[in-house]
Amino acid sequence: MGKYLHVFGLGIQNTLVYRINFLFRAAFGLVPLAGTLFLWKSIYAGKEPGAVLGGYTLAQMISYYLLVTLVDAVTAVAEDDWQIAADIKDGQVSQFLLKPMDYLTYRLCLYGSGRAVYTTMALIPVSVFIVFQRENFVLPSDAATLSVALASIVMAGILQFFIAYMVALLAFWVLDVSTFIFIQFAFEYIASGHLFPLDILPVALQKVVLLTPYPYLLYFPVGVYLGQIRGVALWQGIGMQAGWILVAYLGARWMWSRGLRTYTAVGG
Amino acid sequence: MNAAFATVRRYAGIYAALIRYSLIHEMQFKANFLLWILVEGLWFGLQIAFMTVLYGHTDSIAGWSRWEVVLLVGCNQFIQQLFHMLFVTNLSNLSELIRKGTLDLLFLQPVNTRFLISVKKFEIGNIANALMGLAVVGYALVKLDRVPSVAQWLGFVVVCVAGLAIHYSLMFLLACIAFWTVRAQGIVWGYYNLFNIARLPADAFPRGAYRAVFTWVLPMLLVSNVPAKLLADRLGSPWELMPLIGMAVVCFVASELFWRMSLRHYTSASS
Repeated sequence: MGKYLHVFGLGIQNTLVYRINFLFRAAFGLVPLAGTLFLWKSIYAGKEPGAVLGGYTLAQMISYYLLVTLVDAVTAVAEDDWQIAADIKDGQVSQFLLKPMDYLTYRLCLYGSGRAVYTTMALIPVSVFIVFQRENFVLPSDAATLSVALASIVMAGILQFFIAYMVALLAFWVLDVSTFIFIQFAFEYIASGHLFPLDILPVALQKVVLLTPYPYLLYFPVGVYLGQIRGVALWQGIGMQAGWILVAYLGARWMWSRGLRTYTAVGG
Repeated sequence: MNAAFATVRRYAGIYAALIRYSLIHEMQFKANFLLWILVEGLWFGLQIAFMTVLYGHTDSIAGWSRWEVVLLVGCNQFIQQLFHMLFVTNLSNLSELIRKGTLDLLFLQPVNTRFLISVKKFEIGNIANALMGLAVVGYALVKLDRVPSVAQWLGFVVVCVAGLAIHYSLMFLLACIAFWTVRAQGIVWGYYNLFNIARLPADAFPRGAYRAVFTWVLPMLLVSNVPAKLLADRLGSPWELMPLIGMAVVCFVASELFWRMSLRHYTSASS
């Protein structure tokens, strides 16, 4: 355990170098966010006051996007997948085969430290933005909702990491994983609820999407926070989230052991 | 006159050679080449899906109908993919040229350095994605029951070139910041975020600081909106084309001035 805490600490020190970069990244990210919010405001402006679309009032819709931005800052994979793929391609993983250190846990610690630094920096521009949108920012109804939402966000982060890890492990078999990373990301972008809350989809489509792991990355934790997902649906969702984490974990372990059989330790 | 003609011919010859070289390079990785076309196509599909879902809940956004917005997304795709084909890879690479000192080599060539930096690599695959954008524009026009006149199509070509000039100049300007900071990947990445608002109807934005900045400083709300409005016959008068063309000239001049200023700041990394 101690050695992984050490990895976490090293990760913090390494990513602190990029703090200004992170600040700009988060600030630039607010430009399209503002664009999307303007688009929604103009859609709601065409309806009668207090109109509800897909179960969302204007304030809830805006809160949805603000929370997606926050959860995304906490959980998004930044460079981790590229680095893992590079480690495999350059033969850097060889040293982990010799050391008493588990590569998956090692990467998970680095991912955690990267997210900690990124979230801290991103909070500066994002909270300024939220202050401007405060009349449209919904707070959680009670402490219990908030704590379940927070737990769900942590689980979303772990699931996100495992998915990215698996895509990166494709580097054992293919020369360039970047196209796979982008294809996976495209599906994630729409099915996780990044682009719009999944409730506004036709019901049949919603049901299909909710069976995939993607909604449990963003849509689900945000819905829990907003109180849109309650009661049975809430516990079913937590169950799905935990189930997908288990599947992804086993998948990642399996891919790693299969991958090592084809691994040729280039350059190392 | 003859001298000018000779210069154009010389540069066209160089460009043809660069394209040929890029093509040969690209064909070494055929599967990858096709996958990239797929990735870009997927993202384009996502943008249209987003708009389709929105129009499931409303008939008009800021006075734009469903197919007018699809037309806008198509125009944006067309311009953006042409921009990728011609410039994006090259401009993203500028900070590396500076960091490694490879730029020295380009200075020594008997060709305009800015020209070489800007067009060295030609991304042939993006033609396919640009054509997808154009196909969607055509389909949306059919749905809108619109047949643009020859003058409107000619105008479309002009405003697309102006839009390309704006994207190119702004990204070149941002890339030049690397002369000071050396690492500018983050800045280039930031430009992708600006891209994203170009496909939204400008009328959805209330008059205020945001709309003013993205019309008159970083004219993202002009580059795709004006061509789409022209084809959809939504322009009040031809004079509405002028802000786009004017801003294209302003951005290009600004980028050239900044480029010259940056060069004075250049200290070679290699020796």
